[in-house]
Amino acid sequence: MSENYQSFEYDVLVIGAGGAGLRAAIEASAAGCKTALVCKSLLGKAHTVMAEGGIAAALATVDSRDSWRQHFSDTLIGGNFGNHWEMAEIHAKQAPDRVRELEKWGAVFDRTTDGKGNINVRHFGGHTYKRLAHVGDRTGLELIRTLQDKGVHSGIDVHMECTIYALLKDGDRIAGAYGYFRETGRPVLFKAKSIIVSTGGIGKLYSVNSNSWECTGDGFALAYLAGAELADMEYVQFHPTGMVWPPSVRGLLITEGVRGEGGVLKNNKGERFMFKYIPPKYQGKYAETEEEANAWFQKVVVEGQKEEGVKERKPPELMSRDVVARALWAEIKAGRGSEHGGVYLDIASRRSAEDIKKKLPSMYHQFKQLADVDITKVPMEVGPTCHYMMGGVKVNPQTQESTVKGLFAAGECSAGMHGSNRLGGNSLSDLVVFGKLAGEHAAAYAKNSSVPKIDESVLDGLNKEMNKPFENQGGEVSYAILADLQTAMEKGAGMYREESLLEGCLKDLASLKERLKKVSAEGNRLFNPGWHVALDLRNMLIVGEALARGAKERKESRGGHTRTDYTSYSKDFAKKRVVIRKKGEEMEVVQEDLPQVPAELEAELIKDGFLRLEVLKQIRGEAPAH
Amino acid sequence: MAIDVRTQKGLGVTLRQDNWWGEPLAIAAGLITFIVYMTWAALTPTGSHGEIWYKWGSYISPAFSPYFSPSWFKWSPAILILWAPAGFRATCYYFRKAYYRAFFQDPPGCAVGEESREYKGESSFPFILQNLHRYFLYLAILLVINHWIDLAWAFTKEGPKDYYFGVGTLVLLVDTILLTFYVGSCHAWRHLVGGKLDCFSTCPINDVRYKIWCRVTKINENHGFWAWASLFSVGFADLYVRLVAMGIWTDIKIF
Amino acid sequence: MSKIHMRVYRGNSEGGQLKDYDVEVAEGMVVLDAIHNLQATQTSDLACRWNCKAGKCGSCSAEVNGKPRLMCMTRLNEFAEGETITVMPMKTFPIMKDLATDVSWNYEVNKRIPPFTPREGADWHWEQRDADRAQEFRKCIECFLCQDTCHVLREHDKKTSFAGPRFFARIASLEMHPIDGLDRTELLKDQHGIGLCNITRCCTEVCPESIRITDNAIIPMKERVVDKYYDPLRILWNKMTGK
Repeated sequence: MSENYQSFEYDVLVIGAGGAGLRAAIEASAAGCKTALVCKSLLGKAHTVMAEGGIAAALATVDSRDSWRQHFSDTLIGGNFGNHWEMAEIHAKQAPDRVRELEKWGAVFDRTTDGKGNINVRHFGGHTYKRLAHVGDRTGLELIRTLQDKGVHSGIDVHMECTIYALLKDGDRIAGAYGYFRETGRPVLFKAKSIIVSTGGIGKLYSVNSNSWECTGDGFALAYLAGAELADMEYVQFHPTGMVWPPSVRGLLITEGVRGEGGVLKNNKGERFMFKYIPPKYQGKYAETEEEANAWFQKVVVEGQKEEGVKERKPPELMSRDVVARALWAEIKAGRGSEHGGVYLDIASRRSAEDIKKKLPSMYHQFKQLADVDITKVPMEVGPTCHYMMGGVKVNPQTQESTVKGLFAAGECSAGMHGSNRLGGNSLSDLVVFGKLAGEHAAAYAKNSSVPKIDESVLDGLNKEMNKPFENQGGEVSYAILADLQTAMEKGAGMYREESLLEGCLKDLASLKERLKKVSAEGNRLFNPGWHVALDLRNMLIVGEALARGAKERKESRGGHTRTDYTSYSKDFAKKRVVIRKKGEEMEVVQEDLPQVPAELEAELIKDGFLRLEVLKQIRGEAPAH
Repeated sequence: MAIDVRTQKGLGVTLRQDNWWGEPLAIAAGLITFIVYMTWAALTPTGSHGEIWYKWGSYISPAFSPYFSPSWFKWSPAILILWAPAGFRATCYYFRKAYYRAFFQDPPGCAVGEESREYKGESSFPFILQNLHRYFLYLAILLVINHWIDLAWAFTKEGPKDYYFGVGTLVLLVDTILLTFYVGSCHAWRHLVGGKLDCFSTCPINDVRYKIWCRVTKINENHGFWAWASLFSVGFADLYVRLVAMGIWTDIKIF
Repeated sequence: MSKIHMRVYRGNSEGGQLKDYDVEVAEGMVVLDAIHNLQATQTSDLACRWNCKAGKCGSCSAEVNGKPRLMCMTRLNEFAEGETITVMPMKTFPIMKDLATDVSWNYEVNKRIPPFTPREGADWHWEQRDADRAQEFRKCIECFLCQDTCHVLREHDKKTSFAGPRFFARIASLEMHPIDGLDRTELLKDQHGIGLCNITRCCTEVCPESIRITDNAIIPMKERVVDKYYDPLRILWNKMTGK
């Protein structure tokens, strides 16, 4: 059956309309390219809206000691040097300009209270100084609305509720994309000279996650199928503070801002346990006693003193997410968890009810409405939740181009920027910094290339694949497979990994793949979620497999990748990245050298006190970390 | 096939299961009661034998103040005054909502069906006149000042030096305060004092305007409450003065 | 686990009707969970939009027992035991399928609003108090429940001459922005039909973000229109001073 498909032609096609996609489309359009933006949901609903705490940029509006080098160093230390240093450098250097640019486009950030009327910044885990520009606890919404309003007046074509099922190629270069409109089920062909994938993360692979339904890893799978290489897929961030009760909201994010505003983590004995879990890389940087942490809190958070003059150090609740998540897990495992299997995050005893409602309004409402919990009176129960994929499409740090010509990636979809663990706030800045770069270079590429040819005969095959769930009679529904996939990932490739568990996970994924071949969809193609999930599952299984294979390959623990059978940093892996590519029908896993910070720059950073040599050695597995 | 609930139209069509009609009904009852009473009171300044009902001692009914009765005017002097506060209330952003819902069923409630008819909202005559609310505000401010003067007199009995505080003084005091808050929480007022500015931090005058705007905003949040409370207090103040003047009730001196 | 009875609208542009379902529910569930449960276990082609399930994206707008609500923020324990929960798509917009409606009109309106345009030579240092008002409106998650409940759109279908509360709030956020240099009052009055609003406040009542749309956006905007078009003294004054 040859479907009656709609057809469009563009210079640049952007898949995914979160922060990165929007920013890329704006840039490509500004460069004079005919640009289209495709999104699975309505415009402005992308997962970016859920970002709460802020956007990290060394604006130095509150703490004048801040600089791009400090931001760069924090990012590398937070990422345990698993980062592609060049991306981290570009990011740290360009983030302040991108933030100010957002303001010029109409974003209304919170202002400083010193009477100077600058953009205000707040504390977040792993950042040495106050660095997160924010709008209450809804920074992501502000970012996406600003870009959306800028975008709709930039002459970009937006195709909403449209899923891309496959990328098309002309020889070794990208040529277009084929998919369907979710509303009507009608197929659609986009011919494009260059394509940017900015489809976000993979949260929906896990049963406990903080992501929206869209986070099914489409961009990774599309790029992989088109021949692009993926990297660092084993690095998955589990955010320490997700809701744990009631079950229907399990995993829902509680912003790190709660800790930034003074919230503390306690176990069921009422003990502030984080002091026990300061890893060597953060030793000397964080408070070691409750008295010290409280004094810092009193001076910096309550009284608003300039940190420059405060001799006490930050509380350890403000360490990077991987460290805090592991500490939580250890407490829960040791039987010191809360009633419903989490730990307590207490802001009620630290701030006045009025302050809490003002600084954290959506957290207050989230708990009040969804859990009947008043966080101004009692502590929250929190536990780790799958939050972010550090890995993704392997890109050229300068251009964001993948290993396929004309295919670019930006945002959560691309790999390298965050290393093995992302710092809070670095994701929003990642979106705008690399979104812009991807847009710029995709436009440049499009301008210098001819219109690609598309072999329309492949479309028939794609139509058949897409239609198959309707032709499979009497099979199971997609939701059952999705639920089993989530369980398999949680069990086999969750926060803690182990050789045998990962092997089990890969086996589970293989059998799910078989089941997916026979999946059935009822009804017709008109707005049919059961059918949509059936098609998304192909991508999720690919991503799941890449993740598990990557995790199996990396025989060490680093940031978001924690193995119970290889518990420390390893010298053998410190300078390697795990790369995954398609070889025939098989998934090939190889280790590649990870580019290292140039010796000169490294020496300079050490000399100026941004990095410490002994920490570097520990992280590189050259000195014992414990 | 069963009826398609989505396409059903008409007055009162809704799937709401709560008592959505309770509020418009109560509002209609409240407004009608007030209007009926006030109309009667305004048209009845005196008893059948000419005895004065609108004032007693230094108390004067808020409906008759400032008292102004030119010789050519044959009807109740209240008519010369009441059009101003009536206009203020009729064009008030709170009362507009109340009576559009309660009297015009436009809409009767949120997500509740209406009769199908041509709708022009406040974009054509007569409702376009609602835009003159600020002019009634100017008058209302004058009336409030007048009320405070009346109130000062209500603290006396036989002359300026004869200090007196009775239950009536208290009634008029409460009425004056409520009216002040009602007028002071007016949306047009809020706009004029500072709401119209885009930036508050440009000069010292704007700084002051910002502070006033903040206060007005605070009480504006309960504009509906002040509207009703002052409506009842005006009615009650008139009734109180009237009952005392009629001799049905005796004013008690507190101190 | 217990069971509840639900009635969910099933249909498309050709019509439809309410269908009855019994759904398994657990503690803490919201209406959207029940709908997901239905999709997973009884009718996988039930169309419904959702994204974040945390009240932050504004996708799962619907009418629950006749009231415009976000399904993800409507707890099942709000309803009495044994009460039937009826879920309808938003009435104001054309239906696509089941609970999904065609809200594209809203995006068209947004396109017609002139974007943020900084004044020339503006000073980018400004205080929190100047940000407060715009920030309130920028909380909007575009769930379009205010548009759904507004009777000017819902009952009188004035989509060609009326922008609706969502976009009055959007315009207010631009007009009250301390740096923006455009004047959108004429547009408000003519193209966006603010005069059609009779401030009956249903938009404010349904807003899941608790934005005080009527008091803080619409009425101040109406007053700015009055300044320019309906206040004779002010118009005279402006003419005399050449403003």
